[in-house]
Amino acid sequence: MQFRLIKDKVYSKLMLGLTVLSVSVVLVVGIGLYLKSGPVLEHSSWWTLLSSSQWKPLKGLFGFFSFIMGTLWVTAIAIIIALPLCLLTSFYITEYAPNRVRKILVPFVNLLSGIPPVIFGVWGVLFIIPLIQNHIAPHFVEFSTGYSVLAGGIVLAVMIFPLIVSIVCEVLNTIPRELKDASLALGATKWETIKKVQLRKAKPGIIAATVLAISRAFGETIAVLMVCGNNAVTPHSVFDPGYPLPALIANNYGEMLSIPMYESALMFAALLLFIIILLFNIISRVVLARLERKLAL
Amino acid sequence: MTNNPHISIQNLNVTIGNQQILKDISINIPNKKVISIIGPSGCGKTTLLKSFNRLLDDTADVKVTGKVLVDNENIYDPNVEVTHIRKKMGLLSQRPYPLPMSIYDNVAYGPRIHGTRKKADLDEIVETQLKATGLWNEVKDRLHAPATRLSIGQQQRLCLARGLAVEPEIILGDESTSALDPVSTSIIEDLFIKLKEKYTIVLVTHILRQARRVSDYIIFVYMGRIIEFGPTEELLLNPREELTKDYVKGFIS
Amino acid sequence: MIRRKLEENFFRILMVLATLIVGGSFFLIVGTIVYKGAPFMNWDMITKIPGGGFYIGKEGGVLNAIIGSLYVAGGATILGLFISIPVAIYINMYLGGKNFIANGLRIAFDVLFGIPSIVYGAFGFLIMVYFGIRASLLGGIVAVTLLVIPILVRTLDEVIRTVPKELRDASLVLGATRWEMSKVIIRQIRPGVFTAILLSFGRAIGDVASVLFTAGFSDNIPTSLHQPAATLPLAIFFQLGSPVEEVQGRAYASALILTVVVLIITVLSSALAKRFSKNNIR
Repeated sequence: MQFRLIKDKVYSKLMLGLTVLSVSVVLVVGIGLYLKSGPVLEHSSWWTLLSSSQWKPLKGLFGFFSFIMGTLWVTAIAIIIALPLCLLTSFYITEYAPNRVRKILVPFVNLLSGIPPVIFGVWGVLFIIPLIQNHIAPHFVEFSTGYSVLAGGIVLAVMIFPLIVSIVCEVLNTIPRELKDASLALGATKWETIKKVQLRKAKPGIIAATVLAISRAFGETIAVLMVCGNNAVTPHSVFDPGYPLPALIANNYGEMLSIPMYESALMFAALLLFIIILLFNIISRVVLARLERKLAL
Repeated sequence: MTNNPHISIQNLNVTIGNQQILKDISINIPNKKVISIIGPSGCGKTTLLKSFNRLLDDTADVKVTGKVLVDNENIYDPNVEVTHIRKKMGLLSQRPYPLPMSIYDNVAYGPRIHGTRKKADLDEIVETQLKATGLWNEVKDRLHAPATRLSIGQQQRLCLARGLAVEPEIILGDESTSALDPVSTSIIEDLFIKLKEKYTIVLVTHILRQARRVSDYIIFVYMGRIIEFGPTEELLLNPREELTKDYVKGFIS
Repeated sequence: MIRRKLEENFFRILMVLATLIVGGSFFLIVGTIVYKGAPFMNWDMITKIPGGGFYIGKEGGVLNAIIGSLYVAGGATILGLFISIPVAIYINMYLGGKNFIANGLRIAFDVLFGIPSIVYGAFGFLIMVYFGIRASLLGGIVAVTLLVIPILVRTLDEVIRTVPKELRDASLVLGATRWEMSKVIIRQIRPGVFTAILLSFGRAIGDVASVLFTAGFSDNIPTSLHQPAATLPLAIFFQLGSPVEEVQGRAYASALILTVVVLIITVLSSALAKRFSKNNIR
């Protein structure tokens, strides 16, 4: 009897330890990255690092502005493409699609979420790049290699499809049927009901899904790196190449460790990503959790 | 029975999945009366009610055969405009479901959809309907507050006002008082009695006392079939069918 | 009336189009990969390691990367399980599952789930430098473990939550300790654990950014934890950058291999998840 109780206690403590340890990874990562970016932070201020577009590592100039803009361009394009498409798709799946169609459709959206980033990258190189180079860009600019923030945005958009669609569908399914019926019974069409009732009711969920998608897009590395052109200049049009932060880290890390300041600058880039994504994630998770609690009542 | 039925149902069959919910329903609903549909839970009362404004066929897997004539127009005719049918009928569901907007916008929702744009017109509709449901004095100072801030009883009256605002001919109530306290319940019941001057009212209820208080006719449904249909007092006091007798007895005693 | 009907139809068409794009993108991607990769597919690709001159188009295959990926993903998943099963049980059994701390922990793991793999990769490299480990199979496994722990915990947590509360209470009433009850629960959720394993494995085998600096790259199949290991996604990435057409073709073929592996895993896990939920809803 005693032994059983002691065993229970021991296991309890052990599990607590593991739980604390794995959760504290968040802290450890943050602190580790912060300590490692110490040298570059001593060298120049946060403001200079964020606002200067001078990127000359050999001269000790580390301005992240172009990379931040590259990230923002790619992310913005991805969201602008993905959000309307995903909302329309979610509404179709939950409100219009016959059961049979829905049963076929949903698994494919899930399958899409399982495809690894590098495959999206390969697809981007094989399909999106030529498409932009030969069919889209010529209408707007004189010349584009296709490797551009637009390519990165499109590839990212496809990557975040399943994320947005699955969350929005889930949120839409929690809206009580009676609420829709109330609007329909007044003679509203389905679309009017979607526009005026469901969209309004699902707004917090849609916002949370978007924030989550943004943070996913921010951190995506390899697929974007493969199609973005990786040119350390601030993009001014969708056909300009860009150089997002994760790509910067991936391309240069490991090679440039002989220059300590360079390593520190790359760690700063990782820290930047980490902070932004942490904030975004916490916001969206809290919104979603609150929504869940509200709907459960 | 009256000569001109408002709703006439002919050989209605409803199947959901592979379960037949309604079997060969035929009935004439008289004009400007209150009709209660009673029966044990799961007998198809609500399905019958929802078949009146085609809210059923929005769900997947539902198969409807037969005819439902409203003002002599078959609403299951494929050429018929569904929104037009639904506009003719106000629906009051089990619990109040105010739309996620203000009190004012809830009532103005229907008229706006059907093309009323002028502020003065909308103001008038909102005031008239809120007065008709006895809500005006309670909410006139906070018309632009979210509708969810009202009490449940007030919300249900708001939903009724919302339904009346599209000028329907028929009001459908699906156990509309089951979530309400006794005071709100009697307010709603009184409203029904008052409203039958202008509307045909069909109610689903499982409270026999309520059916007796408000309705002129009662339909008794059991296992997807109509067992008996007749004037309230007659059906409750002298049922013709054994099943009705058992059900009525079981509840009254 | 006509305007409303037009609007309804317009948006309905728009919705169908959007759905076709979203649903069709899967076929577009897989189609492109198959179309480009199939011509370069051959038996050598999956049975041989790179021979001399492989990277200028001579013979060989990517067996090194396939095995390396399996090692990394398998190792990380196993290591991750050892950590995440106790964590999931702790959250649900010892913390009661539905209070402030448990929900806080859930949000924390959700946040960990959101941290991009490049950050884990960079952080993993930091740790390795700190402990003096070179880029190796071990380093790769550690970095990828960090990546999969949140996936495992989230999935297991969801699975445990589907176990009816009555079942837990039943064994507690009999005088079992929480640990003894947990053993009952683990037996109950075995299929769910399998789903979690597949999900984690699928994510681990496809990720590049976390192994980029940590696992290294080698033409040989690693024989110890301290040797560098090639991984399939990285092999694709490197070969794609080659100017030699033959090598690029092999990148497509490698992509095809990875896609097939990942799709099999995804299909398996969703089939399992479905069966699992069927067994549980009474």
